[in-house]
This record gives sequence, structure tokens and C-alpha cells, in this order.
Amino acid sequence: MSGQIHSATVTIVNPQGLHMRPAYLFAETAARFNSRIELVKDDLRIDGKSVLSILTLGAAQGSTVQLVGTGPDASDAIASLVSLVESGFPGETEPVLKNGTGEHHDDP
Amino acid sequence: MRFSDFVKTAAIKVDVAATTKEEVIRELVQSLVQAGELKAGELENIVQAVMKREELGSTGIGRGIAVPHTKHPSVTELVGTVGISQTGVDFQSLDGEKVQLFFMLISPPDRPRDHLRALENISKQLQDSTFCRFLKQSRSATDIQQVLEEADNNQFVS
Repeated sequence: MSGQIHSATVTIVNPQGLHMRPAYLFAETAARFNSRIELVKDDLRIDGKSVLSILTLGAAQGSTVQLVGTGPDASDAIASLVSLVESGFPGETEPVLKNGTGEHHDDP
Repeated sequence: MRFSDFVKTAAIKVDVAATTKEEVIRELVQSLVQAGELKAGELENIVQAVMKREELGSTGIGRGIAVPHTKHPSVTELVGTVGISQTGVDFQSLDGEKVQLFFMLISPPDRPRDHLRALENISKQLQDSTFCRFLKQSRSATDIQQVLEEADNNQFVS
């Protein structure tokens, strides 16, 4: 796909890192754009619209990842994705059931 | 992290009989209980925790694979197992395909990095179609153990 290239480097801030739920949220957001979205970490460069690929990064809290968008809406895509990562993936927490009570609390 | 670090071989199931999401989850948790990896008294609570996680979005990640998981305070280390369903189970996967291959993970709430490392390992290996095919074709727990061992020795992914 031809078009502009936009990139940004972000730090993973949520305590759980890029586990499955944030990977979904990222891929879902990336899929809303026509541009190709890639994530670069160390020597890995992967498809940012694939949950499975995002999980291969094993990006823990504090690690830095480069986001690269290529296409007509790359600028908007990268802006949205940077804000998603920097916000710590709101709503990404997974419930933890307490023993026997059936109640759950959100992770820190 | 290697498969041998978290997959409890005594709990591997190649003949998952369940035909619904909740039944599969219960069958795999039950298998971990029988292997002595989870406490029997926690079975129902763990099943409900895994189901609760599924409500946030299916862990069926496509290509016939699902990674049902939860954090649970009753475990002190990452506990996992593998299940194979010959017929496949509707898991509301991203791509709509039935799931044949299950990796279940129960992790201590305070060890997010271990969970992340396990997901990293599983997802890396699953990108290799030979690895997936070998697992789905496995007919005994020993077969699966052998495929996982080969994966741990980097025979699929360099």
C-alpha cells in the first residue's frame, strides 16, 4: 500500500504488559484503519493487526515498542494507537475471582 | 519460558469429549485437579473465573486455537495444560472456526510476567504450521509431550 509513513515510539505502561486482552484492543483499533500497522521491538517486526503476532513480542511493562503506520490514514492510526498504549489500555483488566465469594476486583 | 516450565504433562488431554466452551474449560480444569496441580475444592471457582475472562472476549485466537486462562489466588506458580478435541468446539473465535487445540493457563495474580512469557512462547510456536499440525495430529499425551519437547529445543522456530 502506498501512502505516508508515520511512526512513534511508546513505552508499555500497564502492569500486565501486552498480554492477550491489550493485544486484542490494539489489533481491534489497528484494524479500524486502512493503513498497514507494524510493531517493532528489538529485532522483531510484526503485523499490528494480528493478536497472535502481537503476543510474540512478549512486551512487558517498561519495554519500548515502535509503531509504524503506512498508508493514507497512517497519521490518525498512529495517534490513536499511541494514545491507547499510553493510556494503559483502559478496561484491559481481567477479573480475579476471590476464593468462594464470587466477587471480583480489578487489578492494580 | 519453555513449555516444560508450565505444561503439566499428567494433565494433557488428547481426547477432549466436551462440546461446549464451558464443558471444555471444566474438563481441562478437572484434568489439572486429577493431576494434583489444582485443589479439588477450587474447581468450580476456577471454571467460573476462566468463563468470566471469556466474557471479556474469546481467547479463541483463530486457526483452531484457544488459550483459555485466568489468574487465580489458589496457585503459586503458573499451571498449564494442553487439550485436543478431535471434532472441534465452538469457542466464539475471532475467525469463527471451531477450536481443536487448547492451551489452558492458570496463573498466580502477582506474576504477570510469567503469564506474558508463556503467551509469548505459545504464540511464537503456534505461528509455525508444522508445530500446529503435529499437535492436532497427536493421539496420545506422549505424542504431545514429544512435540512440546521438540518445540522447547527450538526445532520449529529458530
